[in-house]
Amino acid sequence: MSRTALLSRESFVELGARARAQVLLDAGSSRELAGPFDRLTSPWLERQGVVPQGDDGVVVAKGTIDGHSSVVLAIEGAFQGGSLGEVGGAKIAGALELAAEDNRQGIPTRAVILFETGGVRLQEANLGLATIAEIHSAIVDLRRYQPVIGVIAGQVGCFGGMSIAAGLCSDLVVTREARLGLNGPAVIEQEAGIGEYDSRDRPFIWGFTGGEQRIATGQADRFVDDDSAVIRGVVAELIATPARSAYRSERYAEYLRRLAEYDARHQPTPETVRQIFGDKS
Amino acid sequence: MSDTQSTSRGEVWIAALSGNAPSLSGYPRSVQVTDIEMGGRPARLIAVVPDADSAFPRARNGEVGLLEGWSLARAVHEAIDADREASVKRAIIAIVDTPSQAYGRREEAFGIHQALAGAAAAYATARLQGHPVIALLVGKAMSGAFLAHGYQANRILALADPGVLVHAMGKEAAARITLRSVEDLEAFAATVPPMAYDIDSYATLGMLWRTIPVQHTATPDAEDLAAVSDALEEALADIDADPHRDLRGRFAGENRGATRRVRAALASQWQG
Repeated sequence: MSRTALLSRESFVELGARARAQVLLDAGSSRELAGPFDRLTSPWLERQGVVPQGDDGVVVAKGTIDGHSSVVLAIEGAFQGGSLGEVGGAKIAGALELAAEDNRQGIPTRAVILFETGGVRLQEANLGLATIAEIHSAIVDLRRYQPVIGVIAGQVGCFGGMSIAAGLCSDLVVTREARLGLNGPAVIEQEAGIGEYDSRDRPFIWGFTGGEQRIATGQADRFVDDDSAVIRGVVAELIATPARSAYRSERYAEYLRRLAEYDARHQPTPETVRQIFGDKS
Repeated sequence: MSDTQSTSRGEVWIAALSGNAPSLSGYPRSVQVTDIEMGGRPARLIAVVPDADSAFPRARNGEVGLLEGWSLARAVHEAIDADREASVKRAIIAIVDTPSQAYGRREEAFGIHQALAGAAAAYATARLQGHPVIALLVGKAMSGAFLAHGYQANRILALADPGVLVHAMGKEAAARITLRSVEDLEAFAATVPPMAYDIDSYATLGMLWRTIPVQHTATPDAEDLAAVSDALEEALADIDADPHRDLRGRFAGENRGATRRVRAALASQWQG
């Protein structure tokens, strides 16, 4: 990319959750729901010595994208690592359910989820887990009617139960900065040892779970530069397409067949995964 | 520590509920699938169990790994496909005893998140298409493993037993990630209900439909089996009588007030 192009583009990764939602929605169309003035803070954090935040780290913004009724659910990676507690999780699940209900009433509302999250907020453990199950349920319901688009921009990435949510989306958009994995690197190292997974080895981590690898192995759909205008354009294109008739999450037969090609006695390299999961057509 | 040779709770309960019927062939040994009759209708029982010989070394103790996630998806989708034209959809009963998802390099490399999404989506789709889906917690129901196997059910039932527990992460890992000591974590767990590991605290959150008292959780006798069978049949009747196929029945718990406030705010502000 030329120096001029680099200077003229606006980084999406550097924007906070609220600004990201504004970038995606048509100018003047956006309304924030269950926002900071509704006093919906986490009831669990203060007693554990953590200062709650007015929006609990999740922004629900409703409006239009190229004229299409849409709700954008943006997770703020800067608050508690983008972790989901009771309030933030209920915002996402509740908004997705209302979007599905819109569709049952003849209003074709779409959804975009901006993932920037480590998953369950451990200070609200079982309620975080419960709301993530409710988010999964709502995505599977809504995607029958209209696209649910996931975006992983970075730099937190998308982990834990929310990586499962990403795996349920109609389409998944990633940047080079993105990481997508079930278990965070530090947790795997804790559970399985540094020989299994070295959480400080960045090339190792990105090699397996980075956006470029996930695209090359068919675990994400669109690879984009960290450029707000580009990301907006891709999201607008994807939400305007009809709901899919088949999803990655339904391809058990193909995944089981391909996994059978892998000799699990040996640890894989990123190249092993590209050979087994890459496009063979 | 339990003897690694002993039969897991998941294996014990799927055998007991099916009258020792053989598991369907073609699945990995770690995913047991059995079709039975329950309350006069067909039902598919599914359990994830240990397989000490699994080719995946991080998934030998009953963890939900790559093969388990995709095989759960298969077991549920095949039931959905088989009943596509049926007037009565078979019940799907997830017997839950899973220490965790599999934590390993192989798993992240080959997209364990997507395998678990396959399982979660299958259960959610079954529920949305009218299959009664029940989760029966007989042991540990941990984190991503529970999200993939059980948490999409219309109704969640649990044996009333100290060995039955639901949580997002084991204590040691949770302490490290939140930069606290295990002692601090345990102190918070005693006063913050969603942090607790025991099933009674979990019950106050509202997700459980019922707990079932049994005498012998690991070796059920005829009386225990009857109590669990009765509870499952009552859950089926309750689902049949429910016009909704979503998860709204989980929001009434005494410790879920914030959820109700958030949902009320969203509903009142949704139309501009």
